[in-house]
Amino acid sequence: MHVPDGFINTPVSVAAGVVAAGAVAVSLRGARRELGGSPAELPGADRTAPLAGLVAAFVFAVQMLNFPVAAGTSGHLLGGALAAILVGPFTGVLCIAVVLLMQGILFADGGLTALGVNITVMGVVTVLVAYGLFRGLVKILPRTRRSVTAASFVAALVSVPAAAAAFTLLYEVGGLTEVPIGSVLTAMVGVHVLIGIGEAVITMLTVGAVIAVRPDLVYGARGLSAPLKLRVGGELVDAPAAAGPAPAAARSPRRLWLGGLVTSLVLAGFVSFYASADPDGLEKVAADNGIDRTVEEHAAADSPLADYGVKDVSDARLSGGLAGVIGVGATVALGSGVFYVVRRRRSEDAGPESVQGSV
Amino acid sequence: MGAGHAHKLYRHGHSPVHRLPAHCKLLAVLGFVLVVVSTPREAVWAFGLYAVLLGTVAAVARIPAGFLLKRLLIEIPFVAFALLMPFVVPGEQTEVLGISLSVPGLWGAWNILAKGTLGVAASVILASTTELRSLLLGLQRLRLPSLLVQIASFMIRYGDVIADEMRRMSIARRSRGFEARGVRHWGVLAKSAGALFIRSYERGERVHLAMVSRGYTGTMPVLHDVRATRAQWSYAAALPVTALAVCLLGWTL
Repeated sequence: MHVPDGFINTPVSVAAGVVAAGAVAVSLRGARRELGGSPAELPGADRTAPLAGLVAAFVFAVQMLNFPVAAGTSGHLLGGALAAILVGPFTGVLCIAVVLLMQGILFADGGLTALGVNITVMGVVTVLVAYGLFRGLVKILPRTRRSVTAASFVAALVSVPAAAAAFTLLYEVGGLTEVPIGSVLTAMVGVHVLIGIGEAVITMLTVGAVIAVRPDLVYGARGLSAPLKLRVGGELVDAPAAAGPAPAAARSPRRLWLGGLVTSLVLAGFVSFYASADPDGLEKVAADNGIDRTVEEHAAADSPLADYGVKDVSDARLSGGLAGVIGVGATVALGSGVFYVVRRRRSEDAGPESVQGSV
Repeated sequence: MGAGHAHKLYRHGHSPVHRLPAHCKLLAVLGFVLVVVSTPREAVWAFGLYAVLLGTVAAVARIPAGFLLKRLLIEIPFVAFALLMPFVVPGEQTEVLGISLSVPGLWGAWNILAKGTLGVAASVILASTTELRSLLLGLQRLRLPSLLVQIASFMIRYGDVIADEMRRMSIARRSRGFEARGVRHWGVLAKSAGALFIRSYERGERVHLAMVSRGYTGTMPVLHDVRATRAQWSYAAALPVTALAVCLLGWTL
């Protein structure tokens, strides 16, 4: 899936490069926290390079591990979801980005001008989708090992077609040849759902194997361990918590949230500037063949955002960008609202004594 | 990363291209690829000139054509995508050997094939004339964050170690009569991958401790800083500047 040179046009490549550079910069800071040892010392400035480097080498090696499918065909792991779950999203993005950079420069796998596209699609989108889903599922499901493996299955399963869809979107915005985008999307997502099933099974089994031996190494399963109990006179008593390692400093999700919001707004508002204002492939075919004469207008056709443009704004590009920004805002508001309601209901259900899962 | 650890893609040599500082070469390749990508696809002759330019560089670097062509095979997946284009892209049709192909699809396929191949060839020449260590130093000189360069250098340094570890596991599996034949055997392979992750991570911890005990504080000292002279810069700039001239001709003609 490495995109070569000359596949995506220059403005979109540049925009993707900016997104990729921003993501790598954020990840460089975040990875120090994820890989930093004890929180007492300076947060992991010197641990980051060796550990992230070795994890990148692992991702590189595991991509060479062939999984036979049937009748002589075989596939290999892409590793984005696996890296995100095992070492955390920031380190995951960083490792995938480094692997892609080295593949681009050394092995000529993926074009140099398409590096931003490759990192955005295979690193950022895969890791964000996988880790977001994973975190959400782990929060909802009971706190057991089995739900961690189940969550990693779903996360890996969705992340691969999501990356394919993201690539198709970039191709739609900046592709150099008009291809009927509907059929491309169907084909890409269809094929990648199949690949995603394989990826999901392998990721789930691998995460399960690591959890069985070193659960402390699985970043996504941190906080799963039950508190130590002592059997004193036939009764279970909570052990004094002094010896336990201090939990990783709970950091506010606000910065991550803000970063994501700003990225989406930039993408929606700025990148869609470059989106072709011409009808897309499918609409064009429809118009050429007169199919669309019988199409009735969508029920929301007079909504202020119909057809990805804001009414009363004449400049097509400006209007498209505005519609993108408003769309992102609405999505974020809706999503946060749903999340807030769910969380409130959950905390009411759980009551004051939080349920300790068996591990 | 002495001579013994040179990667397999590197061809040892003493040509003028080998001697150029890595960051000059990196910028030259990047500039060349940028120029190629922004050339209009209708200027077919321009891509021929680009190929001649790259051929000249390869000849100066004394890279055999067979080596170059073998390394070009990496782009096969996208060649397949390109070959599909004439059949699926809508637009006016043309008859070639009795098969109806779409004209925009043919242009799209040509675009991907020409630009992709030239980009791959340029990267291959870069990788085969530059040692890994100097390539990483070149990236650092180009103001890539030093942490990123360190991660990349650790990845390259231990990539072979981890791959060898994987190979040893594979030998161990096979010597116990295991042969992966289908989906039923994924569990075993995934357990190997999990073990590989644990071993890599623990090796990372050991490497970190070993380095800390030798005075590592998070930054690598730069032992010999390679500065490029004006002559070297202009020598390296020859490729992208010539390509830019061709590109401008392609836009005007």
